[in-house]
Amino acid sequence: MQSVLIHPLVVRVTHWINVLAVLIMITSGWSIYNASPLFPFEIPSQITLGGWLAGALQWHFAGMWLFALNGLVYLAYGIASGHLRRKLLPITPRAVLHDIREALRGHLAHDDLSVYNAAQRAAYVALIIALVVMVASGLAIWKPVQLYWLASLMGDYEGARLLHFFAMAAVFFIVLVHVTMVVLVPRTFPTMFTGRFRRTS
Amino acid sequence: MSMDRKFTIHRSPALANLERRLFLKRGLSLGALSLLAGCDITDQEGVQRLLNAMSRWNDGVQDWLFDPKRLAPEFPESRITRPFPFNAYYSESEVVEVDGSSYKLELAGMIREKKPWTLAELYTLPQVSQVTRHICVEGWSAIGKWSGVRFSDFLARIGADTTAKYVGFQCADDYYGSIDMATALHPQTQLSLRYADELLPPKYGYPMKLRIPTKLGFKNPKHIAAIFVTNEYPGGYWEDKGYNWYSGS
Repeated sequence: MQSVLIHPLVVRVTHWINVLAVLIMITSGWSIYNASPLFPFEIPSQITLGGWLAGALQWHFAGMWLFALNGLVYLAYGIASGHLRRKLLPITPRAVLHDIREALRGHLAHDDLSVYNAAQRAAYVALIIALVVMVASGLAIWKPVQLYWLASLMGDYEGARLLHFFAMAAVFFIVLVHVTMVVLVPRTFPTMFTGRFRRTS
Repeated sequence: MSMDRKFTIHRSPALANLERRLFLKRGLSLGALSLLAGCDITDQEGVQRLLNAMSRWNDGVQDWLFDPKRLAPEFPESRITRPFPFNAYYSESEVVEVDGSSYKLELAGMIREKKPWTLAELYTLPQVSQVTRHICVEGWSAIGKWSGVRFSDFLARIGADTTAKYVGFQCADDYYGSIDMATALHPQTQLSLRYADELLPPKYGYPMKLRIPTKLGFKNPKHIAAIFVTNEYPGGYWEDKGYNWYSGS
């Protein structure tokens, strides 16, 4: 039996910090959304953070530092070490569609946990992009005057606000699929703590 | 969604008070539970202290980010939001009525000429206009047109000590607030006497409001009765309840 390191320490630590940070950002963000809903629905207050607008804003503007700094560490490590390129590339649309179809049929091509299938690669890349958009649109909402160039890329303040909402929805959806897949393939779960996976063949 | 639905999220003082208590009692519990499961009340206070410290830190970051020459975008009059939303910590039926004929703007603190100003005197000062976006801390925004005296001109005229840290405001509706000197001196910060070319109506802050397009809406006090310049942090109505003090755009 051979033990293989599949999640380096930096990835494991930043993953769990990111879980906490995204939880804080999304639940406080929902509370902020409720102060002036963009759409004709509100988020149930039981699953929001902060109690009322001021508390939610305090969480959001404190959590953003944890979220952004942790994300920078992850991306810097992932790019410098080649981890992102090795794990997430290449991605071809044909392979992604094929693997999604297979997954929906119940054939999860994930026997070797050290290699991501195309659907996983696409999902993780989409998550990283959505989180980067989240930060960029959040900065544009926070500083539409000082960072006017960023806001103007997104259709000004109101455009950035919409984009921030849709990026949140994308993150929420991808996380939902991610957690569902972990439940379906539970042996992936301990690897995010130990970093190791025992190859049986 | 109708404008009415969107803009009727106003708080009476009693409600604000209740919210404040809920915030202290229940608001932290979710965070405290998720972060510090099993810890007692002192840890909740610890979390609140940490959040307050981060808010002060963010004041500093925003002060550093603030470019005194960067102008807020201005819009053509066709983009003005009609009707412009009313917003305050009370409802529109409770708007304070200020008697313009007896009104006098009081000045205090680090100011050389503290003589109070009548409205007639204020109306004779050089006037400027702006069509800018008002962004509420709640998230919504609206574009309006304000006219009045450039605040930096007024501060120069009354001999305000512009090396001081803060400019504070006391309002006829018992609202109060304060801003940093750099923002007070920004070219678009305006003592507004008119809205949409008409005398400022009561609901928008008669006889005078401070318009700051580089800060969130609640940093724009209405019904200003007194202005003071100080080095001691004056706080503000919402800031004392937890909103970030700097709240710059």
